Amino acid sequence: MFKQKRLFELVRTVLAVLIALIVALVTILFASDEPGRALSLFLFGPLDSLRHFGNVLEMMIPLLFTGLAVSIMFSAAQFNLGAEGAFFLGGITATSVAINQSLLPVVHPVLSILAGGLTGALFCGIPALLKVKWNASELVSSLMFNYVALFLGLYLINYYMRDVDAGAMVSFKLADTSKLIRIIPKTRVHFGLILAALTVVAGYYFMYRTRWGYRIRLTGLNSSFARYSGIQTASVIILSQVLGGFIAGSGGAIEILGMYRRFSWQSLPGYGWDGIIVAILARNNPALIPVGAFFLAYLRIGADLMARSSDVQSEVVYIIQGVMIVLIAAESFLAHYRHKLVYREARKTAASGK
Amino acid sequence: MADFFNIIFSVDFGYAVLRVTTPILFAAMGALISDKAGVINIALEGMMLISALTGVIMSALSHSAGLGLLGAVIVGALVGMVLAYFALNLKTDVILAAIAINLIAMGGTVFVLFMVGGDKGISSSLASKVLPRIDIPLIRSIPVLGPILSGHNILTYLAFLSVWVMYIFIYRTPLGLRIRAVGENADAADSVGISVRKIQYTALILSGALAGFGGAYMSMGYVSWFSKNMTAGRGFIALAAEAMGGATPHGAMFTSLLFGMFDALSNSLQTLRVPAEFIQMIPYLATVIGLVIYAANKTEQIKRIQAHQNREARKGAQEVKLL
Repeated sequence: MFKQKRLFELVRTVLAVLIALIVALVTILFASDEPGRALSLFLFGPLDSLRHFGNVLEMMIPLLFTGLAVSIMFSAAQFNLGAEGAFFLGGITATSVAINQSLLPVVHPVLSILAGGLTGALFCGIPALLKVKWNASELVSSLMFNYVALFLGLYLINYYMRDVDAGAMVSFKLADTSKLIRIIPKTRVHFGLILAALTVVAGYYFMYRTRWGYRIRLTGLNSSFARYSGIQTASVIILSQVLGGFIAGSGGAIEILGMYRRFSWQSLPGYGWDGIIVAILARNNPALIPVGAFFLAYLRIGADLMARSSDVQSEVVYIIQGVMIVLIAAESFLAHYRHKLVYREARKTAASGK
Repeated sequence: MADFFNIIFSVDFGYAVLRVTTPILFAAMGALISDKAGVINIALEGMMLISALTGVIMSALSHSAGLGLLGAVIVGALVGMVLAYFALNLKTDVILAAIAINLIAMGGTVFVLFMVGGDKGISSSLASKVLPRIDIPLIRSIPVLGPILSGHNILTYLAFLSVWVMYIFIYRTPLGLRIRAVGENADAADSVGISVRKIQYTALILSGALAGFGGAYMSMGYVSWFSKNMTAGRGFIALAAEAMGGATPHGAMFTSLLFGMFDALSNSLQTLRVPAEFIQMIPYLATVIGLVIYAANKTEQIKRIQAHQNREARKGAQEVKLL
């Protein structure tokens, strides 16, 4: 029964993705003067060279972090959208450590990432605290805090870390000792990919094999039940948000250390929102986060390649994402078939019972 | 510090407050109507963005600001209908469906703008129209108040009018009563023959239309163009304003004005020697603080009522024992 339910969920997700892709293809057909070329760039562009495929893997790294972060936060049924701000501030604090020129090679990135992670944890912990203590909607407060994070971060860069000689509003150069090494030649794929993989494995273990993970999931499924069975739901909520914030913050730090020479973001990079999409694709299950992250990264790079050498804008991806989210989240989408499935299964069990 | 007070107590500042409150107020009314029907609409942000673009495109194509506004409102209502379809028919979590709409709006508006005008991010090649400003004859000549209240965009007056209309609609009409009934207790409303789905559809469509007015104001009044992500969180601020205003039209109006004041403050303080980043933070921080104060008060209230009920129950039990 469980197996079939899982299979059904898989079929549903694949179908939702397919419908979204078809919507995108139709859009491209209408938008482009040379739709064939645009389409092939979009669908197969990421596979045409090692460099382009490397781009997909590079983009996967931040998505793995924010996807995992959001899935842990959402597992507790908290709509905390602070991953975006946590990722950004994580990058900022990591920069403040990384521009220091006098630290040892391995220690340096570790310290930077920890600093980023702790900032993220603090940042996502605040909406959770406000929720638990005063019942203030974490959804609205985390959205507002994202803007606060943006301006606070820009202030810190502008007034404390800005390299005046660089021309643009960017930080000082990051020290070479702080950088994450490249792991695949001819691409920019960096050590962060391995860190991300380890984090996802740890996240899965935590959510499905430890007591605290179980508490988080139970609180998310039915918080009254969790409370009546003696779980301190308040501390569970705070823990899950702080943990999610830590992961998102360290993701931001790793992105900066792996991909940039200086901190140069002028606006929120959007990986927090992407994390929501990845988490929805993965149904909040850490084991499926890599699949969701790869898929989204592939779409993004495909769209970028298409926008670069055809007349279609890369924003077409947003349409795919939206359609995917609503269809996957729609409980009644294909519910008819699920009923049939359950009915048939029940009859079979009844028949064999005789 | 003297500069600060000069800014706050100037006529320009009063005028600016009303100007920046307008979109928040429309969206707050949109948040109110859906909240009354028991659905949270966090898609207001995306709805406003889509409507802002529709207004620009429609007014440029038809050479008429009025038709632009009409298009914006209709499209806003349509997006509300789409949200209702997913939330009510397909049983999508309404928050996730709204996040999807916001995402589609963020990218989709840029995409459509490029297809229509070839512009990236800002509608510079579209000759869009602006809705007229109105000078109110008698009020205009009152000293101090005149320049603050007169000469605004027509939608600013409409926004404040909508508060009053909303009040009448919700508390004085049969449909308003049904909307409130559904929001208070959907099962009870259903049991007396009210179609919950139809009512929630209506509320979300109206909510979208109100967001449509707000969006149209952004691109055809506040400024005269569309730019990428121009709503900048106003839809979310409106949600906070509505919650903090105690889910009543007048309360939401006052909190919208409060947030508008902080917004205007952040615009006019830019001339002072305070880091711009801090000033830009003000409206968002103010929103969080307001939200927390409101929520804390409400929790306190519920606790007090519960304590009162417990006491009454205990008293009742004692009386029964005595009997």
